[in-house]
Amino acid sequence: MTSSTIVPVRVYAAVYGALMVLLLATCAADFLSLGVFNVVISLTIAVAKALLVILFFMHVRYKEHLLWVYVVAGFFWLAILIGLSLGDVLTRVH
Amino acid sequence: MITADAPALPTGAPQLPREHFLNVEYGVKSWLLTTDHKRIALMFLVAVTLFFFLGGAAAALFRLELLTPPGDLVSDHTYNKLFSIHGVTMVWFFLIPSIPAVLGNFLVPMMIGARDLAFPRLNLSSFYLFVIGGLFTLVVMFTGGLDTGWTFYTPYSSMFANTYVIAAVTGIFIAGFSSIFTGLNFIVTIHKMRAPGLTWFRLPLFIWAIYATSVILVLATPVLAITLTLVGVERIFHVGIFDPAIGGDPLLFQHLFWFYSHPAVYIMVLPSMGVVSEVITCFSRKRIFGYHFIAFSSLAIAVIGFLVWGHHMFVSGQSIYAGMVFSMLSFAVAIPSAVKVFNWTATLYKGSVSFETPMLYSLGFIGLFTIGGLTGLFLATLGIDVHVHDTYFVIAHFHYIMVGGAVMGYMSGIHFWWPKMTGRMYPDGWGRLAALIIFIGFNLTFFPQFILGYLGMPRRYHSYPPEFQVLNVMSTAGASILAVGYLLPLVYMLWSLRYGRIAGPNPWRAKGLEWETTSPPPTDNFEKIPTVTEGAYAYPERKETAHG
Amino acid sequence: MAERSDYLAHQFVDPIQQEQSSTLGMWVFLATEVLFFGGLFAAYTVYRFQFPEVFQHASHHLSVLLGTINTGVLLTSSLTMALAIHSAQTGHRRQLMAFLIITMVLGIGFMVVKGCEYHKDYVEHLVPGHSFAFDARYMPQAQMFFVLYFLMTGLHAVHVTVGIGVIGVFLILSLKGRFTPEYHTPLEIGGLYWHFVDIVWIFLYPLLYLVGHHR
Repeated sequence: MTSSTIVPVRVYAAVYGALMVLLLATCAADFLSLGVFNVVISLTIAVAKALLVILFFMHVRYKEHLLWVYVVAGFFWLAILIGLSLGDVLTRVH
Repeated sequence: MITADAPALPTGAPQLPREHFLNVEYGVKSWLLTTDHKRIALMFLVAVTLFFFLGGAAAALFRLELLTPPGDLVSDHTYNKLFSIHGVTMVWFFLIPSIPAVLGNFLVPMMIGARDLAFPRLNLSSFYLFVIGGLFTLVVMFTGGLDTGWTFYTPYSSMFANTYVIAAVTGIFIAGFSSIFTGLNFIVTIHKMRAPGLTWFRLPLFIWAIYATSVILVLATPVLAITLTLVGVERIFHVGIFDPAIGGDPLLFQHLFWFYSHPAVYIMVLPSMGVVSEVITCFSRKRIFGYHFIAFSSLAIAVIGFLVWGHHMFVSGQSIYAGMVFSMLSFAVAIPSAVKVFNWTATLYKGSVSFETPMLYSLGFIGLFTIGGLTGLFLATLGIDVHVHDTYFVIAHFHYIMVGGAVMGYMSGIHFWWPKMTGRMYPDGWGRLAALIIFIGFNLTFFPQFILGYLGMPRRYHSYPPEFQVLNVMSTAGASILAVGYLLPLVYMLWSLRYGRIAGPNPWRAKGLEWETTSPPPTDNFEKIPTVTEGAYAYPERKETAHG
Repeated sequence: MAERSDYLAHQFVDPIQQEQSSTLGMWVFLATEVLFFGGLFAAYTVYRFQFPEVFQHASHHLSVLLGTINTGVLLTSSLTMALAIHSAQTGHRRQLMAFLIITMVLGIGFMVVKGCEYHKDYVEHLVPGHSFAFDARYMPQAQMFFVLYFLMTGLHAVHVTVGIGVIGVFLILSLKGRFTPEYHTPLEIGGLYWHFVDIVWIFLYPLLYLVGHHR
């Protein structure tokens, strides 16, 4: 007997619908000229899609909280790498 | 930690158990296809010992060269190859795997009351990945070498070097996955397979150290893997992300490389700190002082250690503001290490201290690591680093940590748990003699290098101005003493396998689940999984030494 | 003492410990994969900050249509993978196999589209190296965009291929009846890997294809 919850198909369908909507939204946003906000919007939508996949398709919403630590750890550490490297690159005095 | 129905200890002289993990099955296949974490640990022991002596041989050669100011023993190209292969071998094929893959593999399941690691077959593949990576490195060593330094800086490594860079990075890449799988295995095992009653704060501090090390292993090593891959790709396709001709930034390589390689030094030293916590308590017959502080300091080192890598790049062209931030953060990372040193010292205070071999190595660790750590603060100070970067001051600093620290901790652990792993005791007199020789040889080798660096002798140079000769001769003399010191254990440990006194389950009268089963242990570790009812290091209050 | 199920490995005390360990183990592995790809994302970020207009113009030469189709394909394949596991959980073996097949087909479809794109890039002289040719105003850094594009999508494609292989193995195991409502842990952790591959693409898509297509 496993500890897995059985997620109802209608939840999967709703998540899939949301993912498709987000995909269309990110395409549409690309046609707008919003300067730096374009990348903010497209990355926010990407994060939203990723969260939907993680929470529902990957069942993290239904599993123990310990997993969250390792879900977040990879991205958090990547943020350290990118953040401090950018901190160098953007503050060089040429 | 023993419950009422633990097996009674035998009376009279200790006997080897009739069946244990070493004699349960004989034959090459039973070793090469084993999933027993204890057998895998011993195979790693053989492998890392081989690489230790190969890396040492390279060092012997360049220390010989450095006896005289002119470059007269080997050519400059050969000299570059010698220090490069010394660094690659020692870092990735000895230090990184040493404690985790040998002592960690052997002890983690035993210390937490489990029958094996979470993923035994993954553990075996970890060993084979290490062997395959090692083979690549051996091929590089013996067919023409590597001359980029263990740091592979671009654009030299990616565009101009004429040595076997691709083979070298391939070997390291593969060995990197060995590390990752080991760390993964430990994380899952420690989270999920602790015996009943063994809460996190009852765990031995060695387990906390291994856990923190494993977090670093899994988060840092992949970045090394992709970075070395990119160097290889650039060599093959003659275009890549570090290529300045298309806008590439050589500093990007350094950021990516040191993002791994700084935490890597904590991979190398944290497990040794774990060993020291175990050994100091046993040979002081006392509970550790500040258990929670030591446990949390291991995690703090693991986390803060990821925030400091730019201190390797102060003079590389990195922004001065980034330099300042990295400098401040590097000061911060010293704090948890200092916490440990204070706690170990407080543990010794009013303890019933005895000086068996493992204790000598651990005491040596505390002193030498302190010197290494303090000199690290010198280097973290931007203004000082500008003068001593890329000099022998840096070399002395990291050897105090890596050899005076990490290797001493490894030797302490090997000598402490040898009776558990083999069922035999080595002659403690020889052990103490070797420890003393190592301590003297080590300081004679590396202390002069602090002075050399301060006086301005650059690293990675095969010739030097004559005024540096006396200190170099001292250093080489020390290295030859150090070599004798390291060869002695090889002899007496091997001797002990056949002729050593039989150890019994707990020759040190230490506390810990691993001491409550036979020496050597049975294949599945415990007759019955124990239930834990008390914290770690529950040494009795009355005075007694480890030998009664 | 209860009899141990034959799928329970000797080192585990009970099936729940085994299942939780396997799941945690896969998530730790996925964290390593985040950092493995992460090195490339870090390089991309640094260079995009350093020459943003070059990245914009270089990105124009990628087909947004094909990229969007591929994103839809992978998102759908995540759905079918989740439905495959659902089928295993509820004991519908034929449904399980059907969803695995569909997931594989979608994965292969992704690779086919990618192959077409790569061919198109080759024909348009966008492959870095000797034959690379681009608008002189954005040279030489335009080549850097394409180095990153090929490295990132190439590494991703390798992962997709491995994923397709793993799903193929699951198909064979399902045929042999190895997955039941009581035990289908390999499917779950293989599924995690597949979803992760999808998530990498979720981030690659806007960063490579949607860099300023404003019309």
